[in-house]
Amino acid sequence: MILVPNGFTHTRETLARSLVVRRSWPVVLDLSVAAVGLACFYGVVLLARYWFGHPEPEIVISQSPRALPLYAFYSVVRIGLAYLLSLVFAVGYGYVAAYNPRIEALMIAALDILQSIPVLSFLPGVMLAMVALFPTRQIGVEMGAILLIFTGQVWNMAFSFYSSIKSIPKELSEAAGVYQFSALQRLIQLELPFAAIGLVWNSMVSVAGGWFFLMACEMFVLGTRDFRLPGLGSYLQTAASRDNGTAMAWGLATMVLIIVATDQLIWRPVIAWSDRFKFEQVESKSHVRSPLLHMLQQSHALKLLHRHTTGSWTERIYARLAKRRLDAVERASTETAPATSSTSTWLSILLVVIGSALVLYSAVHAVGLLRTVQRAQFRQILIGASATFLRVNLSLLLASVWTIPVGVAIGFNPRLARIAQPLAQIAASVPATALFPVLLLALIDVGGGMGIGSIALMLLGTQWYILFNVIAGAMAIPSDLKEVSDLFHFKTVQRWRTVILPGIFPFLLTGLVTASGGAWNASIVAEYFHLKGQTMQTVGLGAEISSASDHGQFQLLLLATIVMALMVVTINRLVWRPLFRIAETRYRLQG
Amino acid sequence: MTTPIIRAERVEKYYAQPSENRIQVISPTDLAICAGEIVALLGPSGSGKSTLLRMLTGLSAPSAGQVYWHEKPIASANVNVSIVFQSFALFPWLTVFENVEAPLRAKGMDTAERRRRSQRILDTVGLDGFQSAYPKELSGGMRQRVGFARALVVEPEVLFMDEPFSALDVLTSENLRSELLELWHKKTLPTQAIFIVTHNIEEAVLLADRIIVLGRNPGHIRTDFHVGLVHPRDRKAAAFTQLVDYIYKVLTQPDAQPPALPRTADGRKVRDQREMHYQMLPHARPGGIAGLLEILLDHAGKDDIYRLADDLSFEIDDLLPIVDAAQLLGFLLVTEGDVAITASGTEYADSEILHQKELFRTAAVEHVLLLRQIVRAIEAKSDGTVSEEFFHDMLDEQFSEDETLRQLETAINWGRYAELFDFDASRRRFTLPQRLTHDAEQDRTTGIDA
Repeated sequence: MILVPNGFTHTRETLARSLVVRRSWPVVLDLSVAAVGLACFYGVVLLARYWFGHPEPEIVISQSPRALPLYAFYSVVRIGLAYLLSLVFAVGYGYVAAYNPRIEALMIAALDILQSIPVLSFLPGVMLAMVALFPTRQIGVEMGAILLIFTGQVWNMAFSFYSSIKSIPKELSEAAGVYQFSALQRLIQLELPFAAIGLVWNSMVSVAGGWFFLMACEMFVLGTRDFRLPGLGSYLQTAASRDNGTAMAWGLATMVLIIVATDQLIWRPVIAWSDRFKFEQVESKSHVRSPLLHMLQQSHALKLLHRHTTGSWTERIYARLAKRRLDAVERASTETAPATSSTSTWLSILLVVIGSALVLYSAVHAVGLLRTVQRAQFRQILIGASATFLRVNLSLLLASVWTIPVGVAIGFNPRLARIAQPLAQIAASVPATALFPVLLLALIDVGGGMGIGSIALMLLGTQWYILFNVIAGAMAIPSDLKEVSDLFHFKTVQRWRTVILPGIFPFLLTGLVTASGGAWNASIVAEYFHLKGQTMQTVGLGAEISSASDHGQFQLLLLATIVMALMVVTINRLVWRPLFRIAETRYRLQG
Repeated sequence: MTTPIIRAERVEKYYAQPSENRIQVISPTDLAICAGEIVALLGPSGSGKSTLLRMLTGLSAPSAGQVYWHEKPIASANVNVSIVFQSFALFPWLTVFENVEAPLRAKGMDTAERRRRSQRILDTVGLDGFQSAYPKELSGGMRQRVGFARALVVEPEVLFMDEPFSALDVLTSENLRSELLELWHKKTLPTQAIFIVTHNIEEAVLLADRIIVLGRNPGHIRTDFHVGLVHPRDRKAAAFTQLVDYIYKVLTQPDAQPPALPRTADGRKVRDQREMHYQMLPHARPGGIAGLLEILLDHAGKDDIYRLADDLSFEIDDLLPIVDAAQLLGFLLVTEGDVAITASGTEYADSEILHQKELFRTAAVEHVLLLRQIVRAIEAKSDGTVSEEFFHDMLDEQFSEDETLRQLETAINWGRYAELFDFDASRRRFTLPQRLTHDAEQDRTTGIDA
């Protein structure tokens, strides 16, 4: 989730580092590096055996805590693979979009639309396709789950990489040009470093979102076909279905443990490492520190490994690229007229024609599918859309009501921030979908239903975006503005209207936009749920999508998805974008 | 003279517009860089100095014409040049050593050779001991030394410099300049020629063997001459100050003969800025204009621009827009490098703030077409507001996108100062000045109350 560096952890870490005896570490570390290597190998063997084994005819999700480490391992591998896939795709997509002016606008528009399509609408299609591709292997279902998480993670990362490339200072890219960097060298020395910080923050958001959807993916049942996967999500879900309190507690504890471990072992070192990619002319004072990173950087084994593998490979690749460029120059200067190969242009035209024909064909068929939707169903989808619209906005409102005062209080009070922030971060990192079965059971006990439950889930999933942004906004209000309001004895109302609300406005807006997108997406999980062998649902667009995919009614699924994407895009254009413009012009604190 | 290393033949740069006009940035220009000379390129902002430099290095392709590297078209030649950038353009995530080594890596050189060469050049520019520092840990002067080291490590035949000293303080830049000259005269560098873009006239006269002065709208060469002074040059010498004065005169004088208008390939006429609808607003603030006039009054109403700039320690790029703006408004007259205040200018400088605004308002409406149009448009509309986009589209016909935005920004700045109109930044609309609407509102509310 969103980390805000704070003073407390700094002092603690410097303390931890001063206790580390310098020279004993490299040896210990070398041993642990070796151990990690062996563990990785074993993990791969385990996975291979499981993936390429035959799918279990009947999936039994064990409730024993002893099954948890393996389940947690499967879930983490799914998230990890999906994340790596997203990273590679995001970099590729952003790169192509940034350097091909002809298709740039198209690619960015596509990104905007893909971003607003609810991930879970892809679920049935992707699952069926993947299972059809590997009918006798477990890997089919696994690939389906990974691809789905991928579609939930990739868009914001791709957008971040694209906009980073676009904002590289002109003189830096000119320097790369005049010194004739190859595309590879430019990627390694200019584009990736420049994009690193944006990519890291977006990765954290993406992985948190990945957990949210993983929980849903692991529990997927399509009609009579059972696609459930052994993992943390299915464990929690099964525990909730059977009212097994101890199992639920074990599951949640494992979840929190994984989240905290990822934060400490992966994100912190990565953030500390990415600090050197800050594009700044003067060194800033505050740094995130990570003892783990420090140790890794001291390891002799890693240094040796680098020198003998990646180091010497890149040398060779650079030398070859340089030679190829020189050869090309030589050829260009000897040949009188550069011959434009007509075959390649024809080929590309042909490819474009075939591609657009395919797109057109499938679009026509999809529209044909829509024609089978009956009028009553159409009306129901529209009613559902307005219900979900109200629900999303109600959850945003509820979230704002408590997060704004609390966030401002935390932001204004450094001592409170030191205590509250780490707690809030852990709370925020637990995927709401993991808590949902537990929450729903409790609600049913007190007599609530799906209507309240769905709003609660949206709230659980999205309030943190608002809270952390409000805290950041309150911290960013310059102290002289606060002093002015003290000096003139502003009353509470005036203080909020003239200083606090305008000050946090841009941040609040960012939080609200993220939360709104998240809430729309969450509605699919929130409004329709299997619990204790029965289906609970309420009126809503999300419920329409879920039930359509449950019953294999693809025309309804398509229509409902289109309606949802349209609503999200329209709200973005009509509400958020103008508000952002106002935030940029009127409520910006720095000139 | 031997054959030139780089030769530009009728290169020009223009931006095509959606309408049939196109915006000419640089008109067809011939230029050659030969071995053994330091060439300085001077010109006011907007004369396309940097654009010309980028065309000569092959970084940007000319819209028409051709650049030759040793008589081969530059696109298909193995060009060996370097650029020292104004912003240094160092990679902040690489150490000093890695920054310097990066161009050698691109050449595919092996590790030992890279190390040897980088080390030697770091010694030469005085960066010994800073190898493992990151650029952000260094001062501006040290950072530019890294910039020089990175440029020189590839042993370029021509070293290009794009205002290399303008981001540094006076002492640091003086120091770096003299070290550069020393390296050049001792022939420590394998470099054959240096091409420096600058807006500092003294810097050009201090360094260059040959000075080229560009004019603007569109960019063209106004004069190109050799400097006969011997090194080291003395700033106080009569010959030196005469040369500086001469260049000031060239820069402030309007062109004696405007360059011939080119025609596009299909025979359409290229529009010249001078015959255009809107005059180019110089980007000066009203406060700056008032300040300049007041200083002129203290100097008995007349002064030499060179001395004025020297007194204020202004560089030409800072001072010229203010002078141009004052001249456009009829507060100043420029003749032969001298500025003289006019009667209305004197009145303006002597008045208190409200009267000043009134004088500025009258002068602006009289002399500036754009401001006049904005005022009329607001008056003509019943709701008293006009969208910025409307004027943006009209200016767009004539100026590049960036320049259009700057023109609007200046117009808004002047209009707000003169209380000709107000501008609502969030709706991007021009509105009636606050004063009037405020009065009207008050009338209305009191009417209701009564």
